[in-house]
Amino acid sequence: MSTTSHEQRPDLASESGSGSGSESGSVSGSGSGQPAAPGCGRNRRLRGLLRKEWLQILRDPSSIAIAFVLPVALLLLFGYGVSLDSKHVPVGIVIELPGPEAASFAGAFRQSQYFAPVFYATRQEARAALRAHELDGIVVIPADFAQRLKGDRDAPVQVIVNGVNANSARLLSAYVQGVWSTWMQRELSDRLIPVVQPVNPETRIWFNPEVRSRNYLVPGLLVVNMTLVGALLTALVFAREWERGTLEALMVTPVTLREILLGKLLPYFVLGMGGMVLSVLMALFLFQVPMRGSLWVLAACSTLFLLAALGMGLLISIVTRNQFVAGMIAILATFLPAFLLSGFLFDIDSMPVAVQAITHLVAARYFVAILQTLFLAGDVWSVILPNAAALVLMAAFFLGLSRRRLHKRIE
Amino acid sequence: MHRILALVIKEFLALFKDPRSRFVVIVPPLIQLLVFGYAASYDLNNVQYAVYDRDGGYAARELLARFEGSPTFSRAQRIERQSEIAELIDAREVLLVVQVGPRFTADIAAGRTASVQIIIDGRNSNTAQVALDYTNRIITDFNRDWTAARGLQGPPVHLVTRAWYNPNLESRWFFVTGLVGILTLVVTMMVTAMSVAREREQGTFDQLLVTPMRPTQILVGKAVPGLLIGLFEASLVVLVAVFWFEIPLVGSLAVLYTGIVLFLFAAVGVGLMISSLAVTLQQALLGAFLFMVPAVILSGFATPIANMPEPVQWLTLGDPLRYYLIILRGVFLEGAGFPLLVHEMWPLAVIALATLAAAGWLFRHRMG
Repeated sequence: MSTTSHEQRPDLASESGSGSGSESGSVSGSGSGQPAAPGCGRNRRLRGLLRKEWLQILRDPSSIAIAFVLPVALLLLFGYGVSLDSKHVPVGIVIELPGPEAASFAGAFRQSQYFAPVFYATRQEARAALRAHELDGIVVIPADFAQRLKGDRDAPVQVIVNGVNANSARLLSAYVQGVWSTWMQRELSDRLIPVVQPVNPETRIWFNPEVRSRNYLVPGLLVVNMTLVGALLTALVFAREWERGTLEALMVTPVTLREILLGKLLPYFVLGMGGMVLSVLMALFLFQVPMRGSLWVLAACSTLFLLAALGMGLLISIVTRNQFVAGMIAILATFLPAFLLSGFLFDIDSMPVAVQAITHLVAARYFVAILQTLFLAGDVWSVILPNAAALVLMAAFFLGLSRRRLHKRIE
Repeated sequence: MHRILALVIKEFLALFKDPRSRFVVIVPPLIQLLVFGYAASYDLNNVQYAVYDRDGGYAARELLARFEGSPTFSRAQRIERQSEIAELIDAREVLLVVQVGPRFTADIAAGRTASVQIIIDGRNSNTAQVALDYTNRIITDFNRDWTAARGLQGPPVHLVTRAWYNPNLESRWFFVTGLVGILTLVVTMMVTAMSVAREREQGTFDQLLVTPMRPTQILVGKAVPGLLIGLFEASLVVLVAVFWFEIPLVGSLAVLYTGIVLFLFAAVGVGLMISSLAVTLQQALLGAFLFMVPAVILSGFATPIANMPEPVQWLTLGDPLRYYLIILRGVFLEGAGFPLLVHEMWPLAVIALATLAAAGWLFRHRMG
């Protein structure tokens, strides 16, 4: 910004009076201060701006931390820490009257990796343990279990789960049901009791047959990461310059608004792409997520998405002109929406229509669809093209609006 | 005392003199609670699916009618060719395809076990599992009714599952109580994390340090606004959760507010510690973020802590949000009292004391 090139533009001079040579004060660039040919002046101004932005990034390491440390830390935490695949769920088995049938059924729970069974003799003890959060569920094997098995009357066996976490509770009851039907079938065929099971479902889970939740969490997390990185990198840049008054100083120099925007966008774009490359490498090599699509599609879509994310950050920064407000909005508008409204964890089709409409405003939504498909399914153009088009629109919208809202005026 | 009061008033003025600051503290968290309260749910209620019925017999129609009638599934798309299965699933037009084999009705009429193929898009493995659970339940019900109607011998005993505290297993109950915690954390952290850093950046913190105020007084002056705003915010979101989302509040308000206040102290402590470590607002924002994002991820908000590997589970012990969410869900859904929740409350107190002490120490010892 301190490359004070001496060619004066008439429109600027009239607008802001005499302001040539005003130093920004925050960073001193390499002002060569010579008269220059108009064509290369533009280039040199942009170079000067870029250089200043880089120096600022390098001197306050927090930007580099945002671009590289944040994605790595988050990916490590999520990749290793977050899983929806439960193992060793503590479940209480109440055996009211020991017997061969009860022992055989309880043994079925011992063999499953999913359960860590704890045995009780009375319901009261097990209920107390469930209340104290020591157990997630209880299976009650009643005293007349053996008789009931022989009888032809349909008699229930009680299962109680802690329903506070509805999703875990549902999975738990599905697993108990699974253990139960396997055991039941073996038991009945051992005793030559003929039982009719009219329909037997055969399930195929495509793209992720072993149902590894990491395979879908990691691509989704890349998106959350990049949303955060993109918006955080740029959310404060203009607000900071407004607050410090250095943007006013910049206004009186011959740099054009487009150059100012480019000067702010390019360095952070490079940083953001660096973070993206790092995250993709970690996803592929550390977390072993399969990559079934092509890399150039990934690169192209990441570029689009990052432009949209950076554009949103710039817009927030330009509109608010206040670091506190910009920071607050950046957090509220990026992290939680990307986390909750992108379809990364929660199924968008199941949301109410009004909320579904809101998800269309979240750039992360399109990128999640693209990444989950690219990583797990391949280059499916019917998914990629519409979502990429939406990203183009969003990038153009945010960057265009940023350009419109950035005036060379002081109120 | 009046010195502290003066500082508190000044802090409130600094925060609320700007109408937009006022706005971002109050309105967006409420909007978020409303939007996310509806969005955050693992329940499926509008599953797009397709049917490839190669049988066409009465038994197949009866089974498929049960899918059609289930509130989970929306209207089925019918397909005629095998290749359409891949097209529809690849393009994400349907989540699953039910394929009925050509001998389905013949098998079932002859008393043999007929099979149905369920093909599910596993790109989101959790959604796939939940959908699978729904289809299995439909088929189990079908089997029971089919055998009962025809007087056949079904399994003599069957399981009956009851869910305590949340009988219909609505995951909204779980997530809205979680959101109450997250939004309290976000607002409190932002208010406090920015407070000292802003003064550092503007250079007024050094001035504050040379006034006769002691670091403890500055600490109290900086902490009180965060606490009050957090308390206000928490009460607001609790009200919305109870009256808008109709989440049952079974436990007592005394237990709830003890938890809220303890959590707020911890959040304010962490916020002030980050704030006094930072030299610029950007660093404070980054610090708040670096704390908040893992805090949310590790809190058990969306994925259970028990599923994490052991070392990560130890990390969660330092996360105040973890304890707060257990308290919130305990009080709201289970009606838990002090005896059960005291194990969640004392770690919050420890975190609060440690971080507040560290922040006070940093005020003096970290001078730009």
